[in-house]
Amino acid sequence: MEETRNSITDIWGPRTGYEGPWPIRVDEQLTEPAENWVQSACVLCSNGCGLDIGVKDGRIVGVRGRAQDRVNHGRLGPKGLHGWQANHSPDRLTTPLIRRHGQLQPATWDEAMSLIVDTSKQLIREHTAGALGFYTSGQLFIEDYYTLGVLGKAGLGTPHMDGNTRLCTATAAAALKISFGTDGQPGSYTDLNTTEAVLLVGHNMASQQTVLWARILDRLAGPNPPQLVVIDPRRTYTAEKATVHLAPRVGTNLAVLNGLLHLLIEHDYLHHEFIKAHTVGYAELRQTVEKWTPERVEALSGVPAEQLLAAALIIGTSKTLVSTALQGVYQSMQATAAAVQINNIHLLRGLIGSPGNAILQMNGQPTSQNTRECGADGDLPGFRNWGNPAHIQELATLWNVDPDKIPHWAPPTHAMQIWRYCETGSIKLLWIQATNPAVSMPELARIRRILRQKDLLVVVQDAFLTETAQLADVVLPAALWGEKTGTFTNTDRTVHLSYKAIDPPGEARADLDIFLDYARRMDFRDKDGQPLIKWSTPEEAFEAWKACSKGRPCDYSGLSYAKLTGGSGIQWPCNEQYPDGATHLYTDHEFNTHADYCETYGYDLVTGTEKQPEEYKAQDPKGKAFLKAADYEPPHEEPDEQYPLWFTTGRVVYHFHTRTKTGRAKALHEAAPEGFVQLSAEDAACYGIREGDLVEVTSRRGQATEPARIGGIEPGLVFMPFHYGYWDQDQDPPRAANELTLTEWDPVSKQPHFKYAAVRIRKV
Amino acid sequence: MHLGNYLGLLENSEKQLARAFDKVSRHHQDEPDIEQMCQKLSAWSVRHGGQLQPFLVRYADSRSPEPAAMEKVLFGQPRSGSLALLRDLHDLWLLTNEVKLCWDIIGNAALALRDKELEATCTACEAETKRQLDWLLGRIKQAAPQALVVAA
Ligand code: SF4
Repeated sequence: MEETRNSITDIWGPRTGYEGPWPIRVDEQLTEPAENWVQSACVLCSNGCGLDIGVKDGRIVGVRGRAQDRVNHGRLGPKGLHGWQANHSPDRLTTPLIRRHGQLQPATWDEAMSLIVDTSKQLIREHTAGALGFYTSGQLFIEDYYTLGVLGKAGLGTPHMDGNTRLCTATAAAALKISFGTDGQPGSYTDLNTTEAVLLVGHNMASQQTVLWARILDRLAGPNPPQLVVIDPRRTYTAEKATVHLAPRVGTNLAVLNGLLHLLIEHDYLHHEFIKAHTVGYAELRQTVEKWTPERVEALSGVPAEQLLAAALIIGTSKTLVSTALQGVYQSMQATAAAVQINNIHLLRGLIGSPGNAILQMNGQPTSQNTRECGADGDLPGFRNWGNPAHIQELATLWNVDPDKIPHWAPPTHAMQIWRYCETGSIKLLWIQATNPAVSMPELARIRRILRQKDLLVVVQDAFLTETAQLADVVLPAALWGEKTGTFTNTDRTVHLSYKAIDPPGEARADLDIFLDYARRMDFRDKDGQPLIKWSTPEEAFEAWKACSKGRPCDYSGLSYAKLTGGSGIQWPCNEQYPDGATHLYTDHEFNTHADYCETYGYDLVTGTEKQPEEYKAQDPKGKAFLKAADYEPPHEEPDEQYPLWFTTGRVVYHFHTRTKTGRAKALHEAAPEGFVQLSAEDAACYGIREGDLVEVTSRRGQATEPARIGGIEPGLVFMPFHYGYWDQDQDPPRAANELTLTEWDPVSKQPHFKYAAVRIRKV
Repeated sequence: MHLGNYLGLLENSEKQLARAFDKVSRHHQDEPDIEQMCQKLSAWSVRHGGQLQPFLVRYADSRSPEPAAMEKVLFGQPRSGSLALLRDLHDLWLLTNEVKLCWDIIGNAALALRDKELEATCTACEAETKRQLDWLLGRIKQAAPQALVVAA
């Protein structure tokens, strides 16, 4: 067995302080010597590290980082080094299953697909395609998503398509659209090589994106370390390295960010010419943040005034700044409003579109960027604007269908509403791919109830019999990463090609092939009577997507499988203008806000209402960015006598999305086989709880029990990792954190609020 | 002068609207966004009512004894289900329009009277009433196709 280091105990690997390019370090994990190496990249977090898959006798025997890759320079973290083992797990699904007499029983592909197709056709006849819903993943490839988007939007014409990316990156997309006109990250990971300061808001990078964090650790060990400002209610690994750590009370992100903006304005840390030439909305922003003095912020959030001042000094005076946000922002109260304030910091200081400056509205899942680009979630392909008839016409022309076939009469249905339509019975077929809502959604008892509903046909396409698949009516066995070819894009717009290294087990099929089979059986046609979907291989699907993306911000037209093979990942836009991809967007400070180009006409940050086109056109910002203000609002559920503590959730280093894969990799499972309930020493003493004691946490919606872990958290707050489910443990006592969380979402991004609830605890 | 009357009409309409938002919030607790947003928008109408108070006093003697409120027959019984939700949002939209028109009319009168204070209040409240309307319309558009075409 070859292993370059024990990544379980040594998560980030050795330090190499640096200046200039990030030094190469090739991490490797092999169970036996590989016969050949196949190019790929890791899909276990949104970093997307380039790697090669080692193959011997038709089996994966390990992985090694790709030295030349711009994302990781050869490094891999614990999940990347071990996660592949799930491919060989003995409990892979190898044949379709159909529920007969209450039991899931093996069936042929023909039986399973016929059942789905017959039901689809019947439902469309009786109720229109509005009775069909799709709930996809953040883990498929571009080719899969684009095909799914076309078959759903131009084949069926259903508005009910979303993905679990709603739970992870919907707010990132919304915040980018609102400030800059379209989705798309303005900066790059390489900005971390030179930046003077890093602001991490609700982003525990050390645990979530270990290789990206190694880059920061290496900068900290180098000759010109950046200053770090971390905003997080817990004392995480990330917070431990901070120059200034702000630990706000749950639900007060916006107050703290408004406080920072207030101080930037008060101390005149502003780029006045930039604000004047390239933004709109300054006066209102100034007025809104005016009252958020450090004292007021302290009273509300518990962040000491002098710490806020210290943070503002770093953010206000460094010449370059990289800011990142993740679930601590996106799954909290006022998610979009808060994420937008991070953009505002950069706009006030003019720190955008140049080396060392980046805003990374992070993605929780690896390929969630692609659901947003390809139209497999609530967005239209190519960041098109559903409110703009010209954009709908572009798609109709491309697909050769009538524009009215494409649902655009109202915003596409977001995930939470799709589930609600299932609950009330108007969606009667729900097709779920590569995700596990029975563990990942809020208020699990409700989700289980919906999945069990009699008149809802639940189709689950997955590699394992997950908690969700166990409740399905039809289960389709799918190939995993390494068993199919396709491309995907990480948070900083880097596109990687991942080749098929081995065959899927049994009768499992690639997701693309399943979608193509469905489209063929449904006989989707274009206006000329030709098959709507004209491609049959991943490469052809990629070419079709390239045509769709051309001329839009996410322009892939200069990429090809050939170009992505052999070297390293390439960032979009990649076209004639940027043949090697673009490190930064908005280098000329022209934003994508022109009325005929933008992806949205804007939102009311409080009510979430989409603005009308006429209103937007009347005040076309013509390339200026928006400084959108928002005032603080209290959370909807707060601790009271019955439920006296705050509850919040998050991830740990060793697991990823409901542990479907990571829980099946031996080393990762053994490193964190169970969840925990994190408490402050004060609260533990008050309840007579000692380290390791079993603690039962109860909210208005349910309860969960896990052992206690004491310290590293503010008094009054209880934390649980949210992705522990039941496939490897009994349902009793319940242990999933989402038994407790609220069915409630951000008005703009529709992302559920996982980060707060009121709970009580007791020692079991 | 009938301004006092109209202010009374507006006050009543805002009160009615606040109650109606509140009612819809309670009737549709299974729709989390409806519950939360209607509560919030109800609070806006309550606040608007508060902002009217100084002007009700200022123009009190211009009140004629005409009936001040137009009672609506909207919102008879509690309704549930997707069609009922649509009907309730529809009714809220009508009521909100009533309020919006009142603010508009009184804003005009304020201009004629050169009452800067009243004018500012009308501008601010009307803008918020417009946001109430916009939200209702957006949510109606979202709910309508499913309720009218797909749901049983
Ligand atoms: S940092 Fe993320 S992408 Fe890179 S190896 Fe780890 S899990 Fe995979």
